[in-house]
Amino acid sequence: MLKHLTITAALALGLSAGGAFAAAGEQKIKDPDFSFEGPFGSYDQLQLQRGLKVYTEVCSACHGLKYVPLRTLGDEGGPQFSAAQVRAYAENYEVFDPELDDFRAAKPTDSFPESNLANAPDLSLMAKARAGFHGPYGLGINQIVKGMGGPEYIYSLLTGYTGEQKEEAGAVLYENTAYPGGWIAMGPPLVGEDVEFDDGHANDLSAESKDVAAFLMWTAEPKLAARKQAGFVGVGMLVLLSVLLYFTNKRIWAPVKRREGPGKD
Amino acid sequence: MSGIPHDHYQPKTGGERWLHRRLPIVGLLYDTIMIPTPKNLNWMWIWGIVLVFTLALQIITGIILVMHYTPNINNAFASVEHIMRNVNGGFMLRYLHSNGASLFFVAVYLHIFRGLYYGSYKEPREVTWIIGMLIYLLMMATGFLGYVLPWGQMSFWGATVITGLFGAIPFIGEGLQMWLLGGPAVDQATLNRFFSLHYLLPFIIAGLVIVHIWAFHTTGNNNPTGVEVRRTSREEAERDTLPFWPYFVLKDLFALAVILAVFFAIVGFMPNYLGHPDNYIEANPLVTPAHIVPEWYYLPFYAILRAFTSEVWVVQIASFVTGGIVDAKFFGVLAMFGAIFVMALAPWLDTSSVRSGRYRPMFKWWFALLVVDFMVLMWVGAMPAEEPYATIALIGAAYWFAYFLVILPLLGVIEKPLPQPMTIEDDFKAHYEPKTGGTHTIVKPAE
Repeated sequence: MLKHLTITAALALGLSAGGAFAAAGEQKIKDPDFSFEGPFGSYDQLQLQRGLKVYTEVCSACHGLKYVPLRTLGDEGGPQFSAAQVRAYAENYEVFDPELDDFRAAKPTDSFPESNLANAPDLSLMAKARAGFHGPYGLGINQIVKGMGGPEYIYSLLTGYTGEQKEEAGAVLYENTAYPGGWIAMGPPLVGEDVEFDDGHANDLSAESKDVAAFLMWTAEPKLAARKQAGFVGVGMLVLLSVLLYFTNKRIWAPVKRREGPGKD
Repeated sequence: MSGIPHDHYQPKTGGERWLHRRLPIVGLLYDTIMIPTPKNLNWMWIWGIVLVFTLALQIITGIILVMHYTPNINNAFASVEHIMRNVNGGFMLRYLHSNGASLFFVAVYLHIFRGLYYGSYKEPREVTWIIGMLIYLLMMATGFLGYVLPWGQMSFWGATVITGLFGAIPFIGEGLQMWLLGGPAVDQATLNRFFSLHYLLPFIIAGLVIVHIWAFHTTGNNNPTGVEVRRTSREEAERDTLPFWPYFVLKDLFALAVILAVFFAIVGFMPNYLGHPDNYIEANPLVTPAHIVPEWYYLPFYAILRAFTSEVWVVQIASFVTGGIVDAKFFGVLAMFGAIFVMALAPWLDTSSVRSGRYRPMFKWWFALLVVDFMVLMWVGAMPAEEPYATIALIGAAYWFAYFLVILPLLGVIEKPLPQPMTIEDDFKAHYEPKTGGTHTIVKPAE
């Protein structure tokens, strides 16, 4: 029943269906290392630039990133392009301007365009809207140790095609080991060597998938570096404050606790 | 305020006397902050301050979030992303606010179980307990309303499921549900009214918190022994108590700093751990998530709600006796609210003359089992409604009711309590005899 529901939803929404929880047992989620994992992790600027290239040349044909402003490509902690590069990149896109009542080249102040296909979900938040890791036994310990597993899910999905396909209700479904239910409406988007990287970085299927998964983590959580920094400052200050308050408290209570001895009474 | 004899505020300067004759507000604050507090309070007595702090944190972060949020079904989700991406420090505000809700419930559950163990609900603190339960109910309502505002998938479907509970009430249910939603389904009218109420309820909670504090300042604090402060003379009262400032303020602040360090670690390094990934998908009335799971803090009561299916004999009897008016769904709703209601009745269900669980050898074990039961219910609440979870939930729910309705009344009769200390002073002394080490190293406080 659940499987059936998931497939129906998948048909309706392409890559969607929030069945991450549902078929956890059947999904095969790989766990590659990402540079942004752990409290000290941060995005790899070059990886994000490569991931952007994969997104631009492959994913963006169908999918969109409507919540991501183009100017943030120049932000610290992101791909960190120069202002000129951001402007040049933005001009790749056409956006509809209600004031002109016409299409024009995108500016850095615009967002990435929306999805071109109705059944291709927006990818802005995909890395946070999917959880690759669960349990064990619903206790949530894996998510503490490994993280929620959003980018891992994306990586596993992109590398999880078995090559099998079938037709169901007039739509072609592709077998995928990471997708809940096992059959996905999206054909394999990457096969390896789909893009050429300027720096000559490896462009096999695994490398491309990892780069674009990292890029989508950045689109979902662009303030990761600032958040972790706030975490360190906050925890550090509070630990210091705790130590100071511990000794203050101890000193204030010392005479009270001492006076209770039988000597005084 | 309290009946414990102690110093009251004396205006000293001319200006103070002038104000005091017209509005004794300084005196009120002085008496509140200098309240005589049992000197033997342990570390479970810190959660009140944590809760006051968290309420303030939620109100302040909430007010700023409202400046950037749009309560419109087409823009709500995008406006939250706008906060996360474009508002200065917006991501911290939102993560503090969403995780702040979890901190609030962690603290309130520990606070409630503290009260249950040490008998803080017993005579003469019943009113404090009842007001506390009202605050807890309002917190649950506020948390639920707030969870709907980001207009994600779990927001939308959570709202659909929870308002559906009211639809299960016989005769008036459907009308009531429509009245709550402002229409036949969760839509713009729902979002608007939930936003309005989510902003209103915290201020009602703040008001009730003041009444809660007023009530226990009238009766005096309970303490780990459950023995009352001696009120026969000022001198004896002073040997049982210390003024709240500075002794307990500093102790509580220390505990608060430690707890906030953990809280900040969660906000900084795993802010989405306690949330549900589906809520990063914009609400879509056409696609139902595979599993609709409430936030962790509702799970024990959600488990009780789901435990009573039509296969349970109690439900079948109820259905037969009422001629089908009480069906499984309505029975579940009654059970869920009943679980909180029996907890509110604890002052009258507990027949033991001994207040603190410390001196109740049998009670201790039943109480420990209740804590385990609460955890197990929380766990099964997140699991799919199938075997073996359904049976576990039913056993857990049964124990919850049995604890309040059977065990608490019976224990008072059959249990033989241990001897209690005569006074709080005796208890305190037993802990801090001389030559206990660290507490004696400082010879003289700097003055």
